[in-house]
Amino acid sequence: MARITMREAISQALMEEMDRDPAVFILGEEVGVWGGTYAVTKGFYDKYGPERVKDTPIAENAILGAAIGAAMVGQRPIAELMTINFAFSAMDYIVNQAPKLRYMFGGQFKVPMVIRAVGGGGRQLGATHSQTPDAIFAHFPGLIVVSPGTPADAKGLLKSAIRSDDPVLFIEHATMYQVRGEVPEGEYLEPLGKSKIQRPGKDVTIVTYCKGLELSMKAADQLSKEGIEAEIVDLRTLRPLDMTPVLESFKKTNRAVVVEEGWKSYGVGAEVVSRIYEEAFDYADAPILRVAQKEVPLPYNRTLEQAALPQVADIVAAVKEVLK
Amino acid sequence: MAEIIKMPKLGFDMAEGVLVRWVRQVGEPIQKGQVLAEIETDKATVEVESHFSGIVLQHLVDPGTSVPVNEPIAVVGEAGEQLSVSSHQPAASSQQVAASDEQKAATAEATPTDNQSKTQNLQSEILKASPLAKKMAREHGVDLGTVVGSGPGGRIVRRDIEAALSQQSAVSSKQPAVSIASDQLPVSPAAEDTAIPTTKLRQAIGRRLVESKTTIPHFYVTHEYRMEALLALRQQLNGYLPEGEKLSVNDFIVKGVALALREFPNLNAVIHGDQILRKGQVNVGVAVTVPGGLLTVVVKHADQKPLRLISSEIKAMAARAREGKVKPEDVDGSTFSTSNLGMYDVDEFIAIINPPEAAILAIGSARQVPVVEEGQIKIGWRMKATLSVDHRISDGAEAAQFLQALAKYLEEPARMLL
Repeated sequence: MARITMREAISQALMEEMDRDPAVFILGEEVGVWGGTYAVTKGFYDKYGPERVKDTPIAENAILGAAIGAAMVGQRPIAELMTINFAFSAMDYIVNQAPKLRYMFGGQFKVPMVIRAVGGGGRQLGATHSQTPDAIFAHFPGLIVVSPGTPADAKGLLKSAIRSDDPVLFIEHATMYQVRGEVPEGEYLEPLGKSKIQRPGKDVTIVTYCKGLELSMKAADQLSKEGIEAEIVDLRTLRPLDMTPVLESFKKTNRAVVVEEGWKSYGVGAEVVSRIYEEAFDYADAPILRVAQKEVPLPYNRTLEQAALPQVADIVAAVKEVLK
Repeated sequence: MAEIIKMPKLGFDMAEGVLVRWVRQVGEPIQKGQVLAEIETDKATVEVESHFSGIVLQHLVDPGTSVPVNEPIAVVGEAGEQLSVSSHQPAASSQQVAASDEQKAATAEATPTDNQSKTQNLQSEILKASPLAKKMAREHGVDLGTVVGSGPGGRIVRRDIEAALSQQSAVSSKQPAVSIASDQLPVSPAAEDTAIPTTKLRQAIGRRLVESKTTIPHFYVTHEYRMEALLALRQQLNGYLPEGEKLSVNDFIVKGVALALREFPNLNAVIHGDQILRKGQVNVGVAVTVPGGLLTVVVKHADQKPLRLISSEIKAMAARAREGKVKPEDVDGSTFSTSNLGMYDVDEFIAIINPPEAAILAIGSARQVPVVEEGQIKIGWRMKATLSVDHRISDGAEAAQFLQALAKYLEEPARMLL
């Protein structure tokens, strides 16, 4: 198995699916000649040509509108948003059109579309370009929201997303393109809507996804040196949310911390914690804690930005708190 | 206006009570004086009455929870009054103030720090256990009130229940498995030890009497009483009384003790540090055997009550005590205790002082014995009683004089009819 970067894993998935199905095409800002803002589609324009790798104007509503229309008539568009922060310009298409068309037209149309969007902070891009608004999108029934934390999952989940007949928002993290991991070559699919144990443990459950997984794995290594074995459940898909591994783990450890990069209020952690209490209340041995972003617009200043983002030390501290 | 029902203080040394059962459920109407819940104190299972009429709006504690005295246990109010858990706490604290002192309520409510501290009190009143610990306790029959929490703020968590369970199993595994080996001795295989967990009452008796025996310097004085007159009077009086209302020897003794105590206020006293508090009332405690231990029921103002009333009160209280339905006032406020083993053919015995009282009288059986009167050996009725006294409060001479004073009533019992 090759050890490749997240960027390479995503490129691989895109290319394999484009090779496999001529209905798959890419559109977005700078995806063609430039090769993508994060160089994910480098070489695609030369290989597939302007018909299948379309550079668009800087108009997110136009990108999404075109993608939805194409999907409704049988294509499998992959619309790239340079950052997820620009999704707000196309919010109506993303949450009000794409997820509802199949439902409102009684199944006469489907919208087999992927929106690839780059999210997350930590690159000093300022308050408006550094957000992790995943929970907003996961609020809407009809929109599948995926956010991988490993290169292998990025490949396997993206390939499944492209094959999905329902719209998928696929959120990648801006600081994780260089993360390396073992990725199976060729046909490799991971199911959408399935959480996964990324690290077995017995003392505490850490529920997380995407960047939070990277941080939590480091925290778990530190905790392990102190004799605390954390079990890490990677949600991978925020909607539909698969709580089964979370609940199984929690029933074993009875203590949990939820780690997300977005703001704590009304966040993914809030949802996960509520579900645990609803479905496994009798197994709780301590209040479940959330580790999340400080409740401020993310600062530009590097020190302040890092102070506002969740860190490994925050997770270690939270785990120790719930183990008291 | 919603009213808070609090854990009543049912004895001077009661610190907490376990809420055993809610008699009135949330949503049910309740009248002032009706029974709201049953609680178990160190001494007994007792019914808690509502001090207000209305609808039971909220139970603030779960059955099985140990609640400190004076902490809220329920809310009674008008139908439809809204009381959420989060909003009831500050409201409860002001209610607490209102209940204790109407006039100060307004100022207390206006003082945030006061309110805050009371809110904290209110929060600390709940027996803290994680949901998992509660579930495990339920499944394994562990009384959470007996488990010490090691989690934050004293919360009982899984490890505490596990520790409690391993202790239990350690106890049971210590029971020797009797093996019938190849020995020839005909040993009964049924001779196994049996571990019986102590009841709350048993624990309370143990705790209090260890404290009494280890901190109070006891001394003992025994006196023998001539009982012919008392027995004759009793027979005469019982001739006038219907079945079920007849006087016992002990009824006379309680009355006699109470009258004697009036002359010896130093023995009708409690000690608090450097101070002896002589009690204004003469309330005579009578030890009653109940399942799993004993309780002291209290005849209030026994010096002033006629014998018949003393008798009927003791009968009623003893019955309630034996049924585990004793009322708070039945067991509270004793100033001097008596213990009577006369019915078991006991010559004499000594009792341990019921702290913080000054003394306790242990009464043996009235028996026919040879006595010497006017140089002649005769048959007489005699009864021995031993007074245990706290030497910090009194001395031998006073104790002996008290027993002499008691003789005045027991041997000339007509005095007790005056």
